[in-house]
Amino acid sequence: MSNSAAPMIEMAAVSKWYSPQFQVLKDCTTSVDRGEVVVVCGPSGSGKSTLIKCVNALEPFQAGTIRVDGINLSDPGTNLPKLRARIGMVFQHFELFPHLKITENLCLAQEKVLGRSREEAMAKGKALLERVGLSEHAEKFPGQLSGGQQQRVAIARALAMDPIAMLFDEPTSALDPEMITEVLDVMVELAREGMTMMVVTHEMGFARKVAHRVVFMDRGEIIEDRSKDEFFGSPRSDRAQLFLSKILSH
Amino acid sequence: MFQFDFDIILKTLPYLLKEGMVFTLTLTALAALGGLVLGTLLALMRLSTLPGIALFATGYVNLMRSLPLVLVIFWFYFLVPYIGQAILRTERPVEVGAFASALITFTLFEAAYFSEIMRAGIQSVPKGQLSAGYALGLSYRQVMSYVVVPQALRNMLPVILTQTIVLFQDTSLVYVISITDFLGAASKVAQRDGRLIEMYLFAALVYFLISFLASLLVRRLQARTAIIR
Amino acid sequence: MNYNWNWGIFWELNPEGTGTYLDMLLMGLRWTLAAAALAAVIALVFGSIIGVIRTLPGRALVLAGDAWVEFFRNIPLLVQLFLWYFVLPELLPRAAGIWLKTLPNASFWTGAIGVGLFMSSRVAEQVKAGIRSLPRGQSMAGTALGLTTAQTYRYVLLPMAFRIILPPLTSELLNTVKNTSVALTIGLMELTARTRAMQEYSFQVFEAFTAATLIYLALNAALTFLMRRLERAVAVPGYVTGK
Ligand SMILES: Nc1ncnc2c1ncn2[C@@H]1O[C@H](COP(=O)(O)OP(=O)(O)O)[C@@H](O)[C@H]1O
Ligand SMILES: [Mg+2]
Repeated sequence: MSNSAAPMIEMAAVSKWYSPQFQVLKDCTTSVDRGEVVVVCGPSGSGKSTLIKCVNALEPFQAGTIRVDGINLSDPGTNLPKLRARIGMVFQHFELFPHLKITENLCLAQEKVLGRSREEAMAKGKALLERVGLSEHAEKFPGQLSGGQQQRVAIARALAMDPIAMLFDEPTSALDPEMITEVLDVMVELAREGMTMMVVTHEMGFARKVAHRVVFMDRGEIIEDRSKDEFFGSPRSDRAQLFLSKILSH
Repeated sequence: MFQFDFDIILKTLPYLLKEGMVFTLTLTALAALGGLVLGTLLALMRLSTLPGIALFATGYVNLMRSLPLVLVIFWFYFLVPYIGQAILRTERPVEVGAFASALITFTLFEAAYFSEIMRAGIQSVPKGQLSAGYALGLSYRQVMSYVVVPQALRNMLPVILTQTIVLFQDTSLVYVISITDFLGAASKVAQRDGRLIEMYLFAALVYFLISFLASLLVRRLQARTAIIR
Repeated sequence: MNYNWNWGIFWELNPEGTGTYLDMLLMGLRWTLAAAALAAVIALVFGSIIGVIRTLPGRALVLAGDAWVEFFRNIPLLVQLFLWYFVLPELLPRAAGIWLKTLPNASFWTGAIGVGLFMSSRVAEQVKAGIRSLPRGQSMAGTALGLTTAQTYRYVLLPMAFRIILPPLTSELLNTVKNTSVALTIGLMELTARTRAMQEYSFQVFEAFTAATLIYLALNAALTFLMRRLERAVAVPGYVTGK
C-alpha cells in the first residue's frame, strides 16, 4: 500500500495536447512530498489548472507518468474513482451541488463512495462544518451562502473524505477581497496540521506563510521549482521576476 | 335553429369521466413518466463518447421525430403483437390490450421528445459540477444520477410539464385505433345518439380547460424558479 | 415471425383501380404536400399577424392575440378538426351549412385550414419571441427616424425577427407536414391514410408502413435542406444568430 518514503505526488515528464497543434503541458516534472505544501503560480493560461487536474486524472494526459501515493494513474488496473476519493479537490468556483443542502453536499460522497452510514457521514460533516465555522448554515442550500462561506463548505466537503492530499485550484480568485482571508485562514490551519497540499494561487502572502516550495509555470512549462526562500529571494528567470513584480505591485 | 341538449352531457358524464378521462389521464401520466425515464437514458446515450451508442440514440430520436404520431400509432398497433410473439416465443402474434399498446406507443414516441429536452438540460449543467463529482470519487453513473440528472430535471421542469400537456392532447389520437379514451367515449356517445355537436363541443371545452389551467400553473412555476435563480 | 414478406407488392395493382400500390401511396403524398402547403401559408400569415399584435402596446389587441393562441394551443388538433368538420356546418345559418357540407374536397379544405390555424398559434409564439429578442433600441431607433409603427415593423423589426426565428420555423414547418396526417380522421386520403388503406387491401402491413416511413424521412430531409439554403440565402453578413 502506501510507501512512506516516496513522495505523495510524483509527476515525470508529463505532456498533454488539446489538439495536435496545441500542447498545453510540456514535459512537466515535479513532486510533492508527504506533509509538504507546494504553491503553483504563473500567468493566466499557462496550464496551472490543467496540471493540477492531471493529478487526480480529471484531465487525461498523453505522455509521462503521474504517481499518487505510489499508484500510477496510467496503469489500466488503477481504479480512478477510488483514487480520486482519497484526494481532496477545491475549485475556483466552489462547485457545491446547488440542488443539495449543505449537509447533503457533505454526506453524498461519504455515503455513496466510502459506504459510510448516514449517521457516521452526518457526524463527520457536522464536525467539519464546525471547524470551518459554519455550523448554523447546515440546513441551507449553497445559493443561500456567500462565496467565502461556500468555499469553506467545499473545503469541508473534501476533508470529509479523509484525503491523503488536497488540491486547490485558485480557491480565492472568484471571491470578493473581504472573503479571501476567511478561506485562506482555513487553508493555513490545514497546512500547519501537516496536510499534503498542492495549491494553485496568486496569494503570495499565503505562499510566504506556509509553502515549502513554489513552482512557477509559463506557457505549459515548469520554469522554476524551488524552495520558497530561494524563489522569493532570487527568482532566476526573467519571466518569474516579471510575474512577481506584476502581482506584488498591486 | 339548433337546440343545444345539455341533458345528454349530464346523462353520459359518469361514462365519459370513468371510462374515458381515467384512461386518458392514466395514459398521459404513465407515458410521461416512462418517456422521461427512457428519454433521459437516450439523452445520456447521445452524449456518450462511445460512437455506436451515440449513433443509435441519435438515429432513434431523429426517426421518431420525423414521423407523424398517427403513423407511429399504426406502426406499433401492428408491430407490438409480433414483438410480443418474438419475446414470449408464442405460436401466434400476442394479443396486446388496447391500454398496453397505447402505453408502449406513447412511451417510445415521447421518449424521443423528452430526450431532446433532457439533452439540453444535461448540457446546461456546468462542466465544473461534473469535475467536482468525479473529484469526490463518484463514478460516471453516480455523477449522472446524483449530480447532473437531478439538476437537469430541475432546470427543465417547466419544459417537461409543457411537453406533458402536449402529450395529454396527443393521446386523443388513439381515436384512430378505436380506443375509448376521453375523446373516444365522447365520440361513441355522439354517434350512438346523433349528438355530434354537444359531445364534440363539450370534449373541446374539457380539453381546453385542463390544458389551459395546467399551462397557467406551469407559467407560475416558471416565474417562481426564475426568481430563485 | 410468421409474417409473409412481399416487397413486390408495390408493383401490384391496387383494387381502387388507380394503378399500382406505389401509385396509391404517391397520390397520398400529393395530398399530404398540398394540405401541408396550404396549412403552412395559413399558419405563417395568421401566426405573423397574431405574433405582431401581441407585441403592440394596445391592451385589447394583445388580449385578442393571447386568446387566439390559447384557443388553438389548448385543444387537441383532432378535436379542432372535428369542430370544423362536424360541428361548424350545423351552427351556421342553414344555407351556409349546406354549402360547407357539400363543398367538393371538404375534408381537404377543412383539414388544411384546421391544421393551418392550429399551427398559427405556434408560429405566433415564435414571431412574438423573435420580435422580443431584438434590442429595444431597434424599435426606438425606428421611431426616432420618424417611421410609423407599421413602417418600423415592416422595415426594421420583422426582417431581423424572421431571420432569427427561421430555425424554429423550420421545425414548425415539419410539424405542419406531420400534422396533416391527423386529417385522415375526417376522411382526407393523404399519405398515412393511403398507407393504412394499402395495408387493409393487401395485408402487407409492414411493407406499407416502411414505405410511408421512408417517404416521410425523405420529405423531412428535403424540407430541412431547403430551409437551410433559405437560412443561408437570407443571412445577414456579420450577424450571428444564436444557433
Ligand atoms: N478543454 C480545452 N480545450 C482546449 N484548450 C483548453 C481547454 N482547457 C484549457 N485550454 C487552454 O489551455 C491553456 C491552459 O489552461 P489552464 O490550465 O486553465 O490555464 P491556467 O489555469 O494556468 O489559467 C489555456 O490556453 C486554455 O485556453
Ligand atoms: Mg486556472
